[in-house]
Amino acid sequence: MDAAGILQILIYLAVITALTPLLGGYMAKVYEGQARFLGPVERGLYKMCGVDTAREQHWTGYALSLLAFNLAGWALLFGLQRLQGMLPLNPAEMAAVPPDLAFNTAISFMTNTNWQSYGGESTLSYLTQMVGLTVQNFVSAATGMAVLVALIRGFARANARTVGNFYVDLVRTTLYILLPLSFVAALFLVWQGMPQNFEPYTTATTLEGANQVIAQGPVASQVAIKQLGSNGGGFFNVNSSHPFENPTPLSNIVEMTFLLMLAAALTNTFGRMVKDQRQGWAIFAAMGLMLVIGLGVATWAETHANPAMVAAGMDYAMGNMEGKEVRFGIANSAIWATATTAASNGSVNSMHDSFMPLGGLVPMVNMLLGEVIFGGVGAGLYGMLIFVIVAVFIAGLMVGRTPEYLGKKIEAKEVKLAMLALLVFPISVLGLGAASLLGAPGAIQDSGPHGLSEVLYAFASATGNNGSAFAGWTGNTLLNNSLMGAALLLGRFVVIIPALAIAGAVVAKKVVPPSAGTFPTHGWLFVVLLVGVIAVVGGLTFFPVLALGPIVEHLMLGAGTLF
Amino acid sequence: MSIHRPKELSLFDAAILGQAARDAVVKLDPRQLIKNPVMFATGLVAVLSTALTIRDAGSEHFAVMVQISAWLWFTVLFANFAEAIAEGRGKAQAAALRGTKSSAVAKKVASVEARDFQTLPAEKLKAGDLVVCEAGDVIPGDGDVVAGIATVDESAITGESAPVIRESGGDRSAVTGGTRVVSDRIVVQITTNPGESFLDRMIALVEGAKRQKTPNEIALTILLVGMSLIFLIVVATLPGWASYSGTAIPMVFLIALFVTLIPTTIGGLLSAIGIAGMDRLVKFNVISKSGRSVEAAGDIDVLLLDKTGTITLGARQAAEFLPLSNVNERDLAEAAYLSSLADDTPEGKSIIALAKSRFGLTEPKNGAMTFIPFSAHTRMSGVDFEGTEIRKGASDSITAYVAEKAGRTPGGIPKELVLAVERVAKVGGTPLVVAKGDRLLGVIHLKDIIKPGIRERFATLRAMGIKTVMITGDNPLTAAAIAAEAGVDDFLAEATPEKKLELIRDYQKGGRLVAMCGDGSNDAPALAQADVGVAMNTGTQAAREAGNMVDLDSDPTKLIEIVMIGKQLLMSRGSLTTFSIANDVAKYFAIIPALFLASYPQLQALNVMNLASPQSAILSAIIFNALIIIALIPLALKGVKYRPASAETLLRRNLLVYGVGGLAVPFIGIKVIDVLVATLGLA
Repeated sequence: MDAAGILQILIYLAVITALTPLLGGYMAKVYEGQARFLGPVERGLYKMCGVDTAREQHWTGYALSLLAFNLAGWALLFGLQRLQGMLPLNPAEMAAVPPDLAFNTAISFMTNTNWQSYGGESTLSYLTQMVGLTVQNFVSAATGMAVLVALIRGFARANARTVGNFYVDLVRTTLYILLPLSFVAALFLVWQGMPQNFEPYTTATTLEGANQVIAQGPVASQVAIKQLGSNGGGFFNVNSSHPFENPTPLSNIVEMTFLLMLAAALTNTFGRMVKDQRQGWAIFAAMGLMLVIGLGVATWAETHANPAMVAAGMDYAMGNMEGKEVRFGIANSAIWATATTAASNGSVNSMHDSFMPLGGLVPMVNMLLGEVIFGGVGAGLYGMLIFVIVAVFIAGLMVGRTPEYLGKKIEAKEVKLAMLALLVFPISVLGLGAASLLGAPGAIQDSGPHGLSEVLYAFASATGNNGSAFAGWTGNTLLNNSLMGAALLLGRFVVIIPALAIAGAVVAKKVVPPSAGTFPTHGWLFVVLLVGVIAVVGGLTFFPVLALGPIVEHLMLGAGTLF
Repeated sequence: MSIHRPKELSLFDAAILGQAARDAVVKLDPRQLIKNPVMFATGLVAVLSTALTIRDAGSEHFAVMVQISAWLWFTVLFANFAEAIAEGRGKAQAAALRGTKSSAVAKKVASVEARDFQTLPAEKLKAGDLVVCEAGDVIPGDGDVVAGIATVDESAITGESAPVIRESGGDRSAVTGGTRVVSDRIVVQITTNPGESFLDRMIALVEGAKRQKTPNEIALTILLVGMSLIFLIVVATLPGWASYSGTAIPMVFLIALFVTLIPTTIGGLLSAIGIAGMDRLVKFNVISKSGRSVEAAGDIDVLLLDKTGTITLGARQAAEFLPLSNVNERDLAEAAYLSSLADDTPEGKSIIALAKSRFGLTEPKNGAMTFIPFSAHTRMSGVDFEGTEIRKGASDSITAYVAEKAGRTPGGIPKELVLAVERVAKVGGTPLVVAKGDRLLGVIHLKDIIKPGIRERFATLRAMGIKTVMITGDNPLTAAAIAAEAGVDDFLAEATPEKKLELIRDYQKGGRLVAMCGDGSNDAPALAQADVGVAMNTGTQAAREAGNMVDLDSDPTKLIEIVMIGKQLLMSRGSLTTFSIANDVAKYFAIIPALFLASYPQLQALNVMNLASPQSAILSAIIFNALIIIALIPLALKGVKYRPASAETLLRRNLLVYGVGGLAVPFIGIKVIDVLVATLGLA
């Protein structure tokens, strides 16, 4: 890789790091109720919905509110898709979305995944995109952040019963964090040349004299939140490699920053809310370390061209450019691929399926490790805190005390809930993935290890609520839509419920003040330990299938076998 | 006080090993095995593997299948063996304690006054029964003396050969079953039901079958079950994934993969570690009522220690004479000397010694001396010598005495005396005021002697993150001086039982775990309130009931050892868990290439250990998995070495040894076994 590529990576990491304390501090203020500039709107909303802001909820109440709200959001989105033919803002005259696809898409957007079995410009009306998808983009992100805040309160409070009010957290997240940021981001993207209109598609005559339909619409408003809220669902089928969805190099770096910005900053929000910013930075460091390793491997793998092409005497100086936008090149494609899978976002600016085996291994591993390398907004950090509980429990014993984190003793109940959440990935990825592999082998495009990777990637993406795909695998069949739907729900709610239950368990505990005998969770030793536990748990779970997929593909590529 | 320890058992005592080998087989009983889910799972797949081997007799993998099945059984047996050894050692310790108990005969009486008694075996006694014990009788059960006074030989449990006095009322009323009355007659009210005495409870703690899992053990078991479930999913779905490349994996190989992945090492040693922890406690002559409190001891943040006997030597030493301005120092020394001649206490002796060394005083040859012993009422002692009354004691009682002699109304203490008294108190001493007739002579400075080495121990505790608090009845001035000299972090002066209890509650409100020791009845509430309360065996039955541990040696400094044993217990579990999980990495590198080599020869690149063949790779991994349990039994029994240090240091060290070591060791071990397996042609 050239110096410019390395410089780009360094600038990217520096920007993310610099934004973390700024945004993190602001979000902490929001959650502590200190941001009030939209007070009248906020109070109006509470009044309209009959929310009593003074009444906090026990974790069970919080979880029930969350589930009810998500179910309602799902029903609305499903209905909109089915009825879009009869509703306004449909200049391209899109018909109703078929029921199984509408079902899958509604789950996918509700769970902050945005797995798309369809092409947006050829399936959905503007109304569905704006009122359906974009709204879910906001509230699914806000749901994840609300769960995180409840969990943080669990650790920050002592001898308490309640973990906050779901509706208040949801409203504050949307009003004070997601909406203002998206508003500014959308304006910026429009300035960069992104469309934001309700025009019908334009028919243009190309240089060859052929007719081309150019799709457009309210793109910028959806892309902003798609990037910020770790949603990833593109307005167009090819996502951010489409010139209207990612017009310039500047829009590219800004969209990449949006990918990780909020998830990274939430580590600082966490630190501030538990009154020890070092705790947040330690988790930031662990996430950052894994991100940098991924970036290194992916970039290294992609700068080396396919040996078969080298053997065929082709120009390979640029590295592996198959499936990449020439506008972005190796470094920007590798950063995007690593960041979007680290962040549980799933938007793409290149085709991961065409990456080199080891280059494609990185996005896959990012998802298989549990989407905790920054991860989805909120979701990444609460997932990480579940790993922290396991790491602290195993290693904490080694200092000769009952393990504790942030002064809260980690006991049987917390371990049980954390293990329950950790079981989701093996059950969903390995179990449902194997079912799809055996039940629908026809959906797989390629033979051999690469075909296996396609299935593995799809189920990792669904379980991690990522939404990106190894193109080539057909998700839109009855069996696969069902299995994927199950994976989406498992990956979302069977992690959210234990996370909230942990919040409820630890919030009632007293805080043990730290002493020299306390296991320190803010130093480098802890960072290395945490990364080690994540790598070992993830590695032990997925090493056999990875060996059968990308690893053997890489080894065979060296021997000249292609798939 | 001498610390008595039962005979140190060698790690592999032949009798225990023999019994353990038999018990290992008995423990295959599924009803016992199910208490250990990881081993239960291993047992199940051993059955499955055996059945498959019988079904496939004569097939191509038959020889390897037989060996894999055999090693699976060994894995379970080795784990049972580890538990059985720990149990055997524990039982041997407990049996030594129990000793005479079973043969005891009780003489039950209807009331304290009754002369007639009814004999019955000691096991039949219930709480509330009254028994009479006369010289030569073995006390049939734990209880309180309700009438009489007797000397009791408690060497059977404490190892202290000198008999102790036990009497009704006061703080020396508790007696322990199994001890022997040497003289006199007492009536004892039994306080425990059969099977509930301290010894019974302790014995239950070292017997695997009856043992209750401690909270941390339960949490760890959940983690291990969770890990096992993850690996079950990995192994169960693997054939599906492998079928895409047309690979069929023999069932026995999948079983082998499953067993090597699940945490059998820690699963097999977990209960041995727990039992061994209790066993170490018994070795220190401490009886714990539950495993929970031993674990809690590892978490202690605050240690409350009584000053006398723990921080300072029980006796104080005379350090200097401080005469008032119109008194000659020699006169003061002489008066002090005379008043102490009949004083047998260490303080009295030290006054004599000081007077002799400063002025070469000798005992007067003639003259009538009447000694006045110390009484709690007058709070002074002394001598009437040739018509002169010499008295020494607390400043207020002596000044009152002098005032009375001089015919004045008792009033304020002379300023000069106050200054002298304060001077002594400020440096942590005890002032003893001396008067001759109606004249105050001065003050003897009695100095508390800090136990040698105690300062260093407190520094160690501080490094471990444990705060030490000294409890004393002294005034704040004295207490502060001694606290500073001994190096404790804090002190509670003029302590009363209520103040103690309040202090413990305050610390607990702040989230801290508190340990303390005590002996008197008035300590009982505080002992019950403390997270770890160690009652002295010499103390009252009330105190022994309230605490969660009983120290048979009645040595308060042992709290420090108890904390260390608790920490060691948790560390051993954590370290072996880390080791066990880290081991899996190498096992993958042995087994994964072996499973898929037929379909993907390129996966040979993952065979980093360069194992001879797929069969020998799988066999070597499973042999290693079984043998590592045996290899780690000594570590489980002795516990991971604990050196007091900060958590950070401990973590770094243990991560390096058991984490990195756990990664590296199996690579070497499996390779060595593979070479042997290949050489012997086993696979």
